[in-house]
This record gives sequence, structure tokens and C-alpha cells, in this order.
Amino acid sequence: MSRTAVEIAAAVASGAASAVSILEEHLARIDEREAEIHAFNTVLTDEARAQAAEIDRQVAAGHDVGPLAGVPIALKDNLCTRGIPTTCSSRMLEGWRPPYNATVVERLAEAGAVLVGKTNLDEFAMGSSTENSAFGPTRNPHDLSRVPGGSSGGSAAAVAAGFSAVALGSDTGGSIRQPAALCGVVGMKPTYGAVSRYGLVAFASSLDQVGPFSRDVADSALLYELISGHDPRDSTSIPATLPSVRGHLDRGVEGLRVGLIRELLGETLDGFEPEVLAQTRAAADTLAAAGAIVDEVSVPSTIYGLSAYYLIAPAEASSNLARYDGVRYGHREEGGANTAAMMRASRTAGFGPEVKRRIMLGTYGLSAGYHDAFYGKAQRVRTLIIDDFAKAYENFDVLLSPTSPCVAFPFGAKSDPLTMYLNDVATIPSNLSGQPSISVPFGTGAHGLPVGVQVLAPLLGEPVMYQVAAQIERAAKEPLLQETLLKEGRS
Amino acid sequence: MPEPLTPDVVAKVADLAMLELSDDELQTFTAQLAAVLEHAHDVEELDVDDVAPTHHPYPLQNVMRTDDPHPAVDAEVAAAALAMAPSVEDGQFRVPPALGEEP
Repeated sequence: MSRTAVEIAAAVASGAASAVSILEEHLARIDEREAEIHAFNTVLTDEARAQAAEIDRQVAAGHDVGPLAGVPIALKDNLCTRGIPTTCSSRMLEGWRPPYNATVVERLAEAGAVLVGKTNLDEFAMGSSTENSAFGPTRNPHDLSRVPGGSSGGSAAAVAAGFSAVALGSDTGGSIRQPAALCGVVGMKPTYGAVSRYGLVAFASSLDQVGPFSRDVADSALLYELISGHDPRDSTSIPATLPSVRGHLDRGVEGLRVGLIRELLGETLDGFEPEVLAQTRAAADTLAAAGAIVDEVSVPSTIYGLSAYYLIAPAEASSNLARYDGVRYGHREEGGANTAAMMRASRTAGFGPEVKRRIMLGTYGLSAGYHDAFYGKAQRVRTLIIDDFAKAYENFDVLLSPTSPCVAFPFGAKSDPLTMYLNDVATIPSNLSGQPSISVPFGTGAHGLPVGVQVLAPLLGEPVMYQVAAQIERAAKEPLLQETLLKEGRS
Repeated sequence: MPEPLTPDVVAKVADLAMLELSDDELQTFTAQLAAVLEHAHDVEELDVDDVAPTHHPYPLQNVMRTDDPHPAVDAEVAAAALAMAPSVEDGQFRVPPALGEEP
């Protein structure tokens, strides 16, 4: 498999490798496997070649080329790229070219990254499998008969297949972490407000965050440092200097207190596969072996997270997606006799079934007479979850759980919407609380498919979160240790 | 919690959301939305009357930019935005008549 972003940037900056040759390696893999995987909505071959050649010219001229010099990167297709189609995998935005770049896109370009393409997603980021894409699903590089997870399934698959070294996604209820787990890569959702959302197409504004996909924890930390920080163009952006994280990667976990979330260990909620639980406990054991103090902790209200989420997120989505009316941009259905008829016809033709479901769920939950019973109640439950996390963090530095209850599932296996939603049970609490969490690959589960373990931390706890994630990654690279722990009957 | 979801209610909601549903879609969506709302009933068992709602997970208030003059959207960006519109006339977005007959 290809080199990491840290390795590529060092090689390109020192002249040991050219950005063009690095790019060609990635384009060759795209040529070989993209037809069967379908990670991308758009591959930017010519633009990427021009960008890589420019980096090489700068290196030759002795200029400073930035910490991501020549690193091939993919972007989820709900991040605005100037002049480059940004579809959200929806007929509604097919062919739309934004007149501006998202702030994260600007920051990556300044750092010298080379944009290879825009990746597939569940339409408007609503889903957990990419099966809701209007342009067809992405297939899991580990098993083409299975989903890559979602909604950022294209970004996860692109990194797993070596189409790009790193990628960005967005995470509203687990849309970075769950596909990362299912594709065997690292995926991180930052603290709410740590990364600018200017230019991220909005889904649920009190939950959405942009974050990185990578093949290792060090790349994730580098990407996080580069994309995070205050942006005056996003009023939810935290107006403070954020702590750096990369210095924490090699500190080990001696004395750190790690809490396994009891409600997410398969006894309280159904649907957790035994192999996934066994790997989660094995990851905890490796932390204990490295000197951490590991114990179980109850975060009781997490079990209500799913219900709160599916009342809050659709409500906010119904409001955010009201802007798609065929007037200023996006799909217009011609032939309506008046403006309202044109808008109805455009929305009906432009949105797919899952988006319509969520818009209607949200419209219902916000309608007169129901607002308090649904949205209002869910927001109060949200407070309970935040309070429960706060209590847990009185005694623990980080918390641990499976990322997804199951490994990658076959296409069509969760065709009932509620069954699909239940897949997000372990990731949703961090979106409701606004706290950071990361999925780190740790061994395999059923059918030899990748398992992800999730590390959760308090608001702006990214440094300690990365510290623990790096230790789990070190342990995961020692298969013998892992095998021994699993044999000791921790399933 | 309000009464169970019926196709009539879903039809009303679709109308509010400016979506048109076929009869088949109406039946399917009613069943699917009812299942999600049924699951969400579990929050009923929680007593949250004295709990304050969370609108936003990070404590920020009254975010204002400094009151410095800055250029409005430049002509190039405005042209790019108009170029992406479904219908334009004289530098403005064009729509069918607001009060025209329903088809």
C-alpha cells in the first residue's frame, strides 16, 4: 500500500520523490479499481496533474511548499470547490459548480495538497451505507458485495483503496467514523466548532462537523491541525487558539483513565456483533497492558441518543433543505404554471426517498402542536446526555466503545430505514454532545472484515483522544498480542 | 406524544414541505415514519420537565464580527452565481408568474 501523507510530504519537500510521480501512483490505482468501487463522483485527473507539477516546480525553485506538499487528497462531495461540481450525490445539485471554496478546501490547498476528486456519499449525507446516493452506491474495497458505510463512504473507500492518501468527510451522526470503521481506516469527528463549516453544505447545523480520513493516526492528527482553528466566516467556529495534538502521539497511556461505556457493550442494546465487542475489549486490554487504568462506566442516557437524534437532525434538515426550490441554483422542473408549482415539482424530482423521509419527519416534528413533544423534548434529552458524559469525565480521561455495532454489511441488508438508523447508536452521542471522537482500526470481525474502536473525549479533548488512539494503533500493529488477548476468552 | 401517524397527516406534512407524493409513496412513507416515531417513544419515559434544552453543543454567545467596512460580493462571484441559476433575465433570477394558474 502507498505511503502516508506525512511520508509523502517529507519525500516531496526534500526532493526524494516528485509530486507528479506520487500522483501517478494514485491515479494508476484509480484506473485499476475505481470502476468496481465507485468512490468518486468526479475524478480531477488533469487538474491534479497540473497542481502536482506546480508543487514540483516550487520544490525545484527552493520555495517552501507546505506540510501537505504533493499529498493526494479526496473531498466528500458536499464540500464546496470553486468551479468544480459539488453534487451532494443528489439530482438536486447535479452539475452545480460553486462560486467559492469551503474554508477547509482553501486551507488544504495552501498546505500543498493535490485534489484528486470529489467522493460519493449518501444523498445530502443522509444514510449509513452510500446506498442513498443518486449516482449509485460505493462498494467496500475489502469486499465488493458489501457497503463501505456512510454517509462519507466514498472518502473512506478512496483512502482504503489507496486512491488518495487522505480525505475529508462530514459527520452528523457518525458519517466519518462508521465508514472509517467499515473500511479499516482512521476517521475523526472534531469538537463542534473546532473546524470551519463555511462551504460545507448544511444538513443538521447543531450536529455537522468536518473531519479527516487517513490510513494512520499521525496523518489524522496532521490533517486535524491543518483544518482546525477559528474562521470568521463561520459563526459557530470557536474563537480561540486550539491545542496542538501531534506532540501527544508518542506519550503513551501510563496512568490515563479509560472508561468502557457499559451501555455500548451489547448487554443494554441489541445488534452488537460478538466479534466487534471482543475486539473492543481487546483494545481496552492493550491499553491496560500499556499502563492505563481501565474500567467500565455507565453513561445511562446514551441509549436515548438515537431517538433524540432522529427527532433533532431531521428537524434541522427540513429547515436547511427548504432552500432548494429551483429558483437560484439546483434542479428546476420546468412547466409549472406558477412559482409554487415549479418549486414543488423541482423538490419532488430533485430529492431522493431518504431525503424526502427526513424532510417530512422534521417538518412533522416542528409543526404547530408537536414542536414541544418532539424537537423540544429531544433537546432536553440532549442535555441529559451531555450531563451524563460530564459525570463520566469526572473519573475518566477518555471513553471507549465500538464504533459500529457490526462490520460492513451486504447491500440491501438494511433496507428498512429504522434498521439502518440503529447502526448509528454508538456514534450519535458524540454529535449530540459536540465532543470529539475517533475510530481506529483494531483487528477483524466476522468474515475477516475490519473492526473500528471508538475513542471519545470531552470538548476540545483532541490531544488526549489522539494520545490514546495512537496507543491503540500501536497495539493493533502487533497481531500476536491481539491474538493472545482474543484467545484468553474475552468474547 | 401525539396520536399515531395516518396517511392524511403525512399528506398534510408533504404539502407543508412542498413535496408531492404518489399514493404508493404515501402508504410507504406513512409506515416508515410511524416506525421511527414509535421507536422515538422511548424518550417518553424520561422526566425532563426541569431540564434546560440544548440548542447548540458549544457554549458561544453573541458572535459578532468587527464592524469594519469590507467589499460586498464582487462582480465576478455574482456572475458565477447567476451562471448557475436555472433561469436568469437582466441579471436577476427568473421564475414563473407568482400568481399564475395551477397546471
